Amino acid sequence: MPAAVIVTDLVKQFGRFAALRGVTAEFAPTRLYAILGDNGAGKTTLLRALAGLMPPTRGTISMLGTTNLRSVCGQLGYMAHPSLLYDEMSGMENLRYFARLYDVNNADQRCADVIRAVKLDPSLARPVGQYSQGMRQRMSLARALLNDPKILLLDEPFSNVDVRSAREMVSLLAGLRDSGKTIFVVTHQASLLEGAADEFVWMEAGQIVNRTPGLHATSEAR
Amino acid sequence: MSTVASLTRATLAKDLRLEWRSKDAINSMLFFSLLVVVIFSFSFDPTAEESRQIAGGLVWVAFLFAAVVALNQTWAREMRNQVLDAYRVSPAPPNALFLAKVVGNFIFVTVLQALMTPLFIVFYNLRALGPAYQLPIVAALGTWALVVNGTFFAAMSLRTRSREIMLPLLLFPISIPALLAMVEATGAILTGEFSARFWIVLLAAYDVVFTIASLFLFGFVLQAE
Amino acid sequence: MKRVFPILAVLTGALLSYALYEALVAAPTEQTMGSVQRIFYYHVPSAWTAFILFFINFFASIVYLIWRANKADIVALVTAEVGVVFCTVVLVTGPIWARPVWGIWWTWDLRLTLTLVLWLIYVSYLVLRRFSSSGQTPLLAAVLAVFGALDVPLVYFSIWFFRTQHPQPVIGGGGSIDPRMLHVLLINWLAFSCFAALVCWFRYRLEVMRRDMDETLALEALLEPHASSTRTSPTGSAG
Repeated sequence: MPAAVIVTDLVKQFGRFAALRGVTAEFAPTRLYAILGDNGAGKTTLLRALAGLMPPTRGTISMLGTTNLRSVCGQLGYMAHPSLLYDEMSGMENLRYFARLYDVNNADQRCADVIRAVKLDPSLARPVGQYSQGMRQRMSLARALLNDPKILLLDEPFSNVDVRSAREMVSLLAGLRDSGKTIFVVTHQASLLEGAADEFVWMEAGQIVNRTPGLHATSEAR
Repeated sequence: MSTVASLTRATLAKDLRLEWRSKDAINSMLFFSLLVVVIFSFSFDPTAEESRQIAGGLVWVAFLFAAVVALNQTWAREMRNQVLDAYRVSPAPPNALFLAKVVGNFIFVTVLQALMTPLFIVFYNLRALGPAYQLPIVAALGTWALVVNGTFFAAMSLRTRSREIMLPLLLFPISIPALLAMVEATGAILTGEFSARFWIVLLAAYDVVFTIASLFLFGFVLQAE
Repeated sequence: MKRVFPILAVLTGALLSYALYEALVAAPTEQTMGSVQRIFYYHVPSAWTAFILFFINFFASIVYLIWRANKADIVALVTAEVGVVFCTVVLVTGPIWARPVWGIWWTWDLRLTLTLVLWLIYVSYLVLRRFSSSGQTPLLAAVLAVFGALDVPLVYFSIWFFRTQHPQPVIGGGGSIDPRMLHVLLINWLAFSCFAALVCWFRYRLEVMRRDMDETLALEALLEPHASSTRTSPTGSAG
């Protein structure tokens, strides 16, 4: 199976601070990768580079077979710790707008479906700014799923989220992985992903130092 | 092209809806505009004859101040919660976002002008001795000139320190020919002594040049980290 | 390259001295204005030199936008800095000349006003360079330079028409120029151009060295994981 993402000698420097020091890795499709490491290890930088938000100082990124990230950005879903949503609009209004950015067909239906998939109510008129953190993270995930992306890049999706919501999100992600998506989750909470992740990618000081298979990988013949 | 137009419309509709809902920006700016007019009227108290000659300058400097306050908050909502990242990650064309913001600001500043103008007329007993129909044309072209560059430089300022001072610092020098044109055209129309035609043509040329330049270069600015 | 620089420096020194002599001593004294007029030989060549430098800046900025060449960015930076200096000379010598001769400090004539606007645009350019985060500076600066260059013809026409509506005194007077004075003017221009080239070259080398040093330090930080490198971590990118 051709790799979904290939990173070659990726370097990112901000002045004299090297956030990524030559990351080289291949990531297979239909996998859930948990990216772990301390603060400053380069996890967020790596994710942002994959999302096309951060041009690397050196090195190449190949996504879905091409190094032109802009051409495949319609097949990417990105979620970060800030919600990437407008506080003053309701969830449905937010998603309806973002659906236009991706030229989604049958937008209203898709938005409602995706909101229901994250266990929220599409008819909720409350503005997103008044959501609880858990709800906001879930709505943000819904936004990332709008365009049915092949690759999902999630940066700390479970931070400040209550345990039940977090577990629900994990089972949702596992389901998405099973349906063919490649998912990258940056997190501090490795335990949450124990049953679902195919591989744990450990980062330290801007490099990948270890890759260990998750329980899910060993429990199925691959 | 149809995607750009429809996305521009959708973004503009979203911005107008959001502004209508919160109303905090527009309210404070309306009050600020009122203050500007009053302060100017206290500071410059000419006779009716003189006022017609300097009104052009007064009015447009007042509009400029009000415009800068409006322009500084152009991207405020997108910066909160890093919504701009969502836009950058998507395949949506950057120009749609830019045009929507420019038109939004244009409407915004025009509303402010609609408030300030009657007050100026009242305080200075203004009356146009020249062709008054040209005044809205000058207003529209002049406002577009300020707003198209202002929105662009506001986006550039997002990547700098001292964001709020950076915008006027970049905008004012580049806007000098447009400002001169607006002031002279308004003065010409009010006094009726000269024709404003040259200035109107210059403003139109300015608008065309910088709208094209902004559309061309906005993508670079948006994708900059 | 290393040998050319001192040779050029000496040549420039000689040329400047000669030009100084010509301007202050050898050139004929102007009939109406007297010796004050000699400032003309500094005022005008400085303006021409500044305009040429800004022109080069425009080209370097375009090159940067298309090819992202680091060298082009350095050329843009250097010409902007030196150009602003020459612009300042024009703006200072103008009033010094105008006051004793015409009794006014300032006039909105074409050359002076155009120089003032260019000065403002390029000072804002330099401020932008200083205030933006280092990764984005070349790109934003190049974009601003293009905007500035597009502005120049519009500034020119607006001032030109303004002056026909509101006639202003012209510094430097109209009319033809005595050929001997023209000769001195051109010599001074040549001297100033050489001086500008010299300073630009020096500044260019300085900037190249500074960037090389930064790159070396960055490379070191890359290889040493927990070295005591100064962390300039950007907002929102921890981990």
